[in-house]
Amino acid sequence: MSSVSTNLNFFEAKKGIFSWIFSVDHKRIALLYLYSLITFFLVGVTLGLLMRYELLNPGKDLVEAKTYNQIFTLHGVIMIFLFIIPSIPAVFGNFFLPIMLGTDDVSFPRLNLLSWWVYVVGALMALSTLVFGDGPADTGWTFYAPYSVKTGTNVTMSVLAAFVLGFSSILTGLNFIVTIHRLRAPGMTFLKMPLFAWSLYATSWIQLLATPIVGITLLMIAAERLLGVGLFDPSIGGDPILYQHLFWIYSHPAVYIMALPAFGVISEMLPTFSQRTIFGYKAIAFSSLAIAFVGYFIWGHHMFTSGMSGTARFIFSILTFLVAIPTAIKVFNWVATLYKGSINVQPPLLYTLAFIFQFMIGGFTGLVLGALATDIHLHDTYFVVGHFHYVMFGGTGFAFFGALHYWYPKIWGRMYNIKVANVAFTIFFIGFNMLYFPMLIAGLMGMPRRYYDYLPEFHLPNMISTYGSWVLATGLIIMLSNLVAGFFGKKPKVGRNPWNGITLEWQTLSPPPVQNFDRMPVLPQNGPYDFDHKPVIEE
Amino acid sequence: MREQASTFAQGVDFSLYVIAGISVFFLVGITVVMLFFVFRYNKKRNPVATNIEGSHKMEVLWTAIPTLLVMVMFYYGWMGYKPLRNVPAGALEVTAYGQMWKFTFEYPDGRITDSLVVPLGKPVKVNLVSRDVLHSFFIPSFRMKEDMVPGKNNFLWFETTQKGRFDVLCAEYCGQLHSYMLSSVTVLDQHDYEKWLTSSASVADEHPGLSLLKQNACLTCHSQDGSKIIGPSFKGIFGKTETVVTDDAEREIVIDEAYISRSIRQPNADVVKGYMKGLMVSYETVLSEEQIGHITDYIKTLK
Repeated sequence: MSSVSTNLNFFEAKKGIFSWIFSVDHKRIALLYLYSLITFFLVGVTLGLLMRYELLNPGKDLVEAKTYNQIFTLHGVIMIFLFIIPSIPAVFGNFFLPIMLGTDDVSFPRLNLLSWWVYVVGALMALSTLVFGDGPADTGWTFYAPYSVKTGTNVTMSVLAAFVLGFSSILTGLNFIVTIHRLRAPGMTFLKMPLFAWSLYATSWIQLLATPIVGITLLMIAAERLLGVGLFDPSIGGDPILYQHLFWIYSHPAVYIMALPAFGVISEMLPTFSQRTIFGYKAIAFSSLAIAFVGYFIWGHHMFTSGMSGTARFIFSILTFLVAIPTAIKVFNWVATLYKGSINVQPPLLYTLAFIFQFMIGGFTGLVLGALATDIHLHDTYFVVGHFHYVMFGGTGFAFFGALHYWYPKIWGRMYNIKVANVAFTIFFIGFNMLYFPMLIAGLMGMPRRYYDYLPEFHLPNMISTYGSWVLATGLIIMLSNLVAGFFGKKPKVGRNPWNGITLEWQTLSPPPVQNFDRMPVLPQNGPYDFDHKPVIEE
Repeated sequence: MREQASTFAQGVDFSLYVIAGISVFFLVGITVVMLFFVFRYNKKRNPVATNIEGSHKMEVLWTAIPTLLVMVMFYYGWMGYKPLRNVPAGALEVTAYGQMWKFTFEYPDGRITDSLVVPLGKPVKVNLVSRDVLHSFFIPSFRMKEDMVPGKNNFLWFETTQKGRFDVLCAEYCGQLHSYMLSSVTVLDQHDYEKWLTSSASVADEHPGLSLLKQNACLTCHSQDGSKIIGPSFKGIFGKTETVVTDDAEREIVIDEAYISRSIRQPNADVVKGYMKGLMVSYETVLSEEQIGHITDYIKTLK
């Protein structure tokens, strides 16, 4: 790498749209993902705001029941398959995994480009249901049979889109596994890898092993709709419970595809802003693997009320509680990392703290749902919706935006306005909790999910929640405008290491050159977060 | 929270308080410690960090404590749940049918109702049957639900602890009018229950065709006043000329006895143009020739 003749950064290296959409540079592919993901995220947010507006008062506020059902289905499909599953791995994994490992790209750069293209094709297929056929699916993102077999809406295209998107996920997972095994810098053993790489490693195995199951399940839905093969609809000899098993065998581990990369990001930001080593490196690294492993065996907790045997309910419940243990270990280690640190409160740290707080609420409400007695009451109510959003949005979503604020100066070489970022964070945080906490209350009161209309007694929590959605949207607009303004604004360029971080990406230029490093990166002596022997980096 | 109106509700709420109590304690505790660290070890107060790699003692401690606590939570969840599977002998058995978008209840004596009426303090077993897609039979005040799965017979049972009327909601998404799929349980004391049981069904002076339409949830989708819900309205339908889609080809037919009978038995054979195929299930095995005749007679009266 010392033979690099030019230090042109990856933005300047080539110009023109084709140099982007056919680029095999992992950094450019990461940004292609970022721009497409944010676009779909904003579509998903808009649909979410429409749903919340509809639920402001009992009765019709905005749309008809069928339209509402299509909106919440599309909201789920977009947010899950187009945003949260690819989010952190496809954007920050693609951009930073090779750099943090000290190499110049992923193992298969062309496959990486193919993954993005497959993602775009899948996304266009999902959105095509808006204009072709009898409208977007109205089944919920879970496509439960036999309704998904019977409804006249365009379910076939939606499930085929999810099938295609699965390939993008599988290929990215494969690419990361090989990259982590083959391309680590000399001297970087597995136990000297940054924790972000560890979390991507665990995630990638789930992507590789679990996604094919949902792929085949979704094809079975398509076969049943198009060819009348009796797989899930009992009126033609199928079994709807079989569908639920097949769906959740993937979709429960998929929750960890969404959550583990977030754990990785948090484990990077905490040492940087505490200026000290992470507490319990091995515990955090191995608990990722433990979560990935145990996560395979607990899918049945989505089916506690579907008529499984008492034995199955007992086993799935106890295994569900086991997955809480490695998760608790991570939280304790994160908080301990703040102990005796030298804490620099910056926007990414605020997102980290909010992540820990909200992820804990998501986790504890998960325990309530994992216990049999309470789940019998709360299953399929708004409590589940609240729990899920606390984990996915309050957890992974906040980690994603934290990561965006953390790596922003490295990616674009400039800094955003920190004060505005803090204000945006505060509004975003308040809005988030106003939006989702009342859902937990509505669920406890007994309001079922996927409800277009509701009994008058559920009015208050729904009203607060809708107001919260407006606060959240305000925070989001300020946050994104601030980031965009930082990009176009006149802020001076930042140096290599504005946060005084220790992992390898902070040793190179901001933005990084095409080959990632302008000079040979130096590993800290004792592991990736060894702040006692932090290599001295000259600008 | 709603009132606890079944014996099961106490167990559920108790396990909820145990889990929520432990959770709130740790949530508040960890958050306070976290914020204290951010304040105490802020770079202004603590310019130089101390590197602490970790501590085996702490790792063991915060593995063991959560393990113990989650096992406690599991235990209470299981204990609260267990009674739900053990139906006492001699329970009153009622069958609840779910179909888009209505619950109906069938009593041992053959009586069919829109809402459930049960005696106070007596065990009641509800067999759960779906006629089309997934539904879920949810009584928030009893803290219980169980899915209605087509092709599979689930059940739940309860013993009520107070008189009154309690909501029954459908908790599993089942299509367009899911949120309107509501019913109720009325809990009467033994005396009133027996009176209700012996009272002649109030359907006596109703047209038998109308009773059948109500019992089979036909009116959820087909209105009697000409408005379009999901399927065509029954008003003025008899004798009308309609364009129907048969095997993807359009043709004109006159709606007569034969068409109504065919539409009830094979709803997807001739679908009126502009309506969705596949949503209605066949009533071939549910309704007899004679009953279909009553329905047809009633539809003729809706001019």
